[in-house]
Amino acid sequence: MKRAAFNHRLLPVALLVPQIAIIAIFFYWPAWTAIQSSFYLEDPFGFGSTFVGTDNYTRLFASSEYLKVAQFTILFTVIITVFALGAALLLAVKADKVLRGARTYRTLLMWVYAIAPPVAGFIGVMLFDQNIGPMTDLFNWLGHDYRLGLNYMDTAFAMTITSIWIQIPVNFIFFLSGLQSIPQSVKEAAMIDNASPTRRFWETTFPLLAPTAFFLLIINITYALFDTFGVIDTIVYGNPASNPMTLVYKVFVDGFRGNDIGGSSAQSVVLMLLVLGLTIFQFRMLERRIHYT
Amino acid sequence: MTDTTLSMPVQVAPRGRRIRLSVIGDHFVLILGALFMMAPIYMTLTTASHENLTIHREGLQFLFGGELLNNFDAAMFGQGGFSGEITGMSMLKNSLILGMGFALGKIVLSMMAAYAIVYFRLRFATFAFWVIFTTLLLPLEVRIVPSYEVITGLGLANTYTGLIVPLLASATGTFFFRQYFLSIPEELVEAARIDGAGPVKFFIDILVPLSRTMIAAIFIVMFVYGWNQYLWPTLITTDEGLYTLVRGIKQIRQSLAESNQIPAYGQAMALSIIAILPPVLIVVFLQNWFIKGLVESDK
Repeated sequence: MKRAAFNHRLLPVALLVPQIAIIAIFFYWPAWTAIQSSFYLEDPFGFGSTFVGTDNYTRLFASSEYLKVAQFTILFTVIITVFALGAALLLAVKADKVLRGARTYRTLLMWVYAIAPPVAGFIGVMLFDQNIGPMTDLFNWLGHDYRLGLNYMDTAFAMTITSIWIQIPVNFIFFLSGLQSIPQSVKEAAMIDNASPTRRFWETTFPLLAPTAFFLLIINITYALFDTFGVIDTIVYGNPASNPMTLVYKVFVDGFRGNDIGGSSAQSVVLMLLVLGLTIFQFRMLERRIHYT
Repeated sequence: MTDTTLSMPVQVAPRGRRIRLSVIGDHFVLILGALFMMAPIYMTLTTASHENLTIHREGLQFLFGGELLNNFDAAMFGQGGFSGEITGMSMLKNSLILGMGFALGKIVLSMMAAYAIVYFRLRFATFAFWVIFTTLLLPLEVRIVPSYEVITGLGLANTYTGLIVPLLASATGTFFFRQYFLSIPEELVEAARIDGAGPVKFFIDILVPLSRTMIAAIFIVMFVYGWNQYLWPTLITTDEGLYTLVRGIKQIRQSLAESNQIPAYGQAMALSIIAILPPVLIVVFLQNWFIKGLVESDK
């Protein structure tokens, strides 16, 4: 905190009030409502609700459907994180290395960042469409009868690859800026010490990139859990029931389509705890890093 | 913070044939990556230049046809939706309002809050900090059902306020400006005080002009973020007059899924291009600012 501060009583309060008020009304109130209604069972016709204790939670974890969705979410998150980070790291290392056209490559590889997930999802639907999609043609040519929206695995494939596609640019930007902030002297010293480029990468570059990689790991997990909503919604449009979906999408489906407010709120609370755990993990790791370096 | 402008590094010149081959390999990987990123959008654009019947019969197109202008014209000015009220133009206007409103709101609110936290002796500064900080824990997607109920309860459904303000309830911008203000030398505020500048004058005449680049950078990132919002606009705007372009995509998805004639593929592809063009142009042409905003705001 700055030492030379202003001594005013009302001004700082006035400056903080708008932000705090918006957060209180649009953040704390809904979050509190979610926690509260996760312990109630709402009448489907809206005639009030009854306190049911932890029934919504036990119902949730006993539901095989919920566990199946949870399982899919974990798999989906792991695959997206691994591929989006891996591809972006490879491309960033190459873009950092080449002398010619570095700026052009950077532009070409990052601009997809600006595309909204649902628009990407819609383009995915077109590419994998039963009648007009070239990807479907490709699969058929390879001997697989591809059916988007009907076959669980086929839909999951389109969803995953579209989600990876829009996540590569942001990872690429962070990796490239991380690579370029490695001092030239370090790179040159590594050049002298170590002849093999592969060993040079794993022994010098990668450890220096580790903070960026860890930060991106968290970002990618959060992305796969929450921000893929638009992709999923456009791809499974019409029949979410038989199709793969993530935990966040299920909160939405149960809350709005199924009108199961209690169950949906319990799911919200479970996700809140998940994010809380993730954040605590992130902080612990950050602390550790500060201690050891 | 290290320098984040992505400058070209000085390379130690490699020698020999083997290295030459590895350079070709590098370019090959990069070109492949660029093709993977661009191909879907390229096909969206080429397909947008064909007639619906052609697309319906032959699938997505790899080459340009002659219908590009017609399809864009239809997507931009043709009446659509249930009430026949919405055009590409009206959705474009709403997207701009959402993007601009969100970015501006975010900057104003978070600069004010960060200023109060950094430059004043506040008894509850730490408390305020944590109240704001906690919002990072819960994305809107998680608390979507109760948020919807709160907003409709306040009568804010189908208003621009209901569309924009709830999205502002997060800490990202505040943290960004807090970090930035903390990096400004203390001598500056001391000098200003000696010269007799009060807190308001210091903020408006010194701090805001000093933060110009930061404001521009964060504006770009927030504009793209606001423009690309989907779930919230989908829930809160049932009135077609308030649809944004990204929200309109859902409408198109629906009409493709449910129509029993030949769907208007060309027009749908054209509208997709319109929905992605403004943020893409901003990201490409203001690239250095955008990267600065992105890399620094997320730290």
